[in-house]
Amino acid sequence: MSLKPKHQRLLLAALAIAAVLAAVLLAMWGLKDRAAYFFTPAEIAAGKAEQGRAIRLGGMVEKGSIRQGGDGVTITFVVEDGKARVPVRYRGITPDLFREASGVVAEGRMRGSTFEADTILAKHDERYMPPQLGNQAAEHAAAKTLDR
Amino acid sequence: MIAELGLAALWLAAMLALLQLLLALGIGGRPSAAGARPLALVQAALTLLAFAALIVLFLRTDLSVTLVAANSHSAKPWLYKFAGAWGNHEGSMLLWVTVLALSGALLALFERRVAEKMLVASLGAQAALGLGFYAFLLLASNPFARLDPAPAEGRGLNPLLQDPGLAFHPPTLYLGYVGLSVAFSLAVGAMLTRQVDAPLARAMRPWVLGSWIFLTLGITAGSYWAYYELGWGGWWFWDPVENASLMPWLAATALLHSVNVLAARGGLRSWTMMLAVVAFSMSMVGTFLVRSGILTSVHAFAVDPQRGTFILVLLALYVGAALALFAARAATIREGAPFDPVSREGALVVNNLLLSVILGIVFVGTLYPIVAEALSGEKLSVGPPYFNAVAGPLALLLAALLVVGPLLRWRRDKRPLAKWVLPSVLTAATVLVITFVFVPGMGILSRLGLAFGIALVPASIVPLLGRSLRRTPLATWGMVIAHLGVGVALIGMASESAFTREKLAVAQPGDKLSVGPWLVELAGIAPVAGPNWTAIEAHLRASRGSGAETLRPQARVFTSPLTETSEAAIHTAWNGQLYAVIGKQRDDGWQLRLWWKPFVTLIWLGGMLIALGGLVALVGRLWRERRRGREAEE
Repeated sequence: MSLKPKHQRLLLAALAIAAVLAAVLLAMWGLKDRAAYFFTPAEIAAGKAEQGRAIRLGGMVEKGSIRQGGDGVTITFVVEDGKARVPVRYRGITPDLFREASGVVAEGRMRGSTFEADTILAKHDERYMPPQLGNQAAEHAAAKTLDR
Repeated sequence: MIAELGLAALWLAAMLALLQLLLALGIGGRPSAAGARPLALVQAALTLLAFAALIVLFLRTDLSVTLVAANSHSAKPWLYKFAGAWGNHEGSMLLWVTVLALSGALLALFERRVAEKMLVASLGAQAALGLGFYAFLLLASNPFARLDPAPAEGRGLNPLLQDPGLAFHPPTLYLGYVGLSVAFSLAVGAMLTRQVDAPLARAMRPWVLGSWIFLTLGITAGSYWAYYELGWGGWWFWDPVENASLMPWLAATALLHSVNVLAARGGLRSWTMMLAVVAFSMSMVGTFLVRSGILTSVHAFAVDPQRGTFILVLLALYVGAALALFAARAATIREGAPFDPVSREGALVVNNLLLSVILGIVFVGTLYPIVAEALSGEKLSVGPPYFNAVAGPLALLLAALLVVGPLLRWRRDKRPLAKWVLPSVLTAATVLVITFVFVPGMGILSRLGLAFGIALVPASIVPLLGRSLRRTPLATWGMVIAHLGVGVALIGMASESAFTREKLAVAQPGDKLSVGPWLVELAGIAPVAGPNWTAIEAHLRASRGSGAETLRPQARVFTSPLTETSEAAIHTAWNGQLYAVIGKQRDDGWQLRLWWKPFVTLIWLGGMLIALGGLVALVGRLWRERRRGREAEE
């Protein structure tokens, strides 16, 4: 099988376009049920999060809500956003910057009315806030720190 | 003074870039290499001067400079003062621009193989790129801005960055990232002067290879750094920032293969030009993602929407212009020599298509959350479940085809290849059967990854069989080493994800925990102090059968800024790593997290082999060019 150069070029161009289309279609298919949505406690209270589906929960760790479990490596706490509260259970070592009255993003899923977290991300330093929690807050904090 | 000197050097460099661009456009004189070369060289010298000035400011902890005050501290060890110069937004952009100017200077200095007209056009393109990023630096991210009055002490560097990795990972990655600008500029120059041909590909090849080596090393180093510094025991998180470095690497890998087709056979001309444009575009996309503060990451040093918009405009401008040029010139690029579907060219086309599809998948997955949020306000994140499930199988397919591709000849191959391929198929099948019997619960991706990796290690050497090893070109050796590295890395990834054992418990001194084949005793807990931190250190004694290894994981508290980090302790054995993290104190002891990760080191060993393969090929190519050049002179 031998093609004329011109036809071969057309074929290659068609293949390249097909590849791009395939990538987009595959990506769309994958995103349809694998994108983890970001929820605030208020949205969870409104019943927007599906049970058992991988999601992220972001908000503030409620003051006085962190409790140690009996095995020493499980903790429970409450994430709130001023409008609603969601209890979270997590087994593992909490990140260094995880503390009460501070921003947190937890990855996991809803089981009943409790959020079962697989991973907990806390803010990296005082200048940092997850963008999902609002850039204004971070800018405000950054401006304040620089003023000092 | 030093800050002002650095700033002046940057402004001067920007002016020279403007001159260089004007010269290429034929304004103010006939375009000539003799005019453009010195401009590019002096420009690089000036940016180096500016960069050196910033390093001096950081080493001296000159707190009258805003950037130093905001990111450094007098009590920091000198290595982090030095490397801290680029551990922040402005400094890392200055490093970016310095590498861009250096790339331009190297291009001006060493590129003698292409026609003068084309070289000048390429240097013009390089200057146009430089101009935009100088503007970004000077107008939106000035690293030399003064602070009046100067504070008594600096705010310090993010402790997560206080690691020797900071001295190595960003510069290496940037050399790769920004080095790709040369391929971009050469492609633009070639399209402008209508000289897309094999000599161009031979000229472009070392630049692509060089950037790709650094990119590979930078990604490998970044992966290992994240692995030991974050204390999460993971080596790749599909974090957008990691994807930002993976995307240019995928494009550069495709380019590396297609440029060979153009150099050897004159084929895939338009496609190679397109890839050269895409590769550096991906570097700019990565820069946008990381530097705009749009992402949640340790790399997003500060949030500033103005900067994001600035980079986005630059990105749109450069990519748009390059694609428009491509569209205008694509029809005038000649067709390459024809080839059969079963041929080296055919295999490389498949390689390029698969890499492009993977690139597309990573690109969509990385940008989708940002676009979705901008359009509908919907907040979502895309992580490992998406990337592994969608890109993973394609990467495995690519690895499987690595067994066949390098065996094929250029143009047409009608030889029966079964006798070469069959052993690999049998090896893979054997591994599959063994894992089905002994590890029934293994995930499909790691099962296939292990099988393909183990089959690929011997298969990658097959292209050397039947050749005189002394006469085999270095480029072929390089290919073999790099492909071997892919197999090795694949084994490491599969083994890590399938065979890792974890133990999470609270322990008191004297307690023994078992993880995998190891028995780990908590021998004691003691406070220790470093130059700018204090820590609680666990003393662990680990043994399996005979002998004992000591591990000392720490929970550190840095004084400026006041931050806690955890320093993992890792024991490397011949067949894997034991990884220990100390957590918080509880009523009945200390939290300990232990992992046994069999053969995890192969991941980074594979990465280094891939880079080494690139290096061997690069040396071989340059050597050959030199000899040919000499012969031509004689």
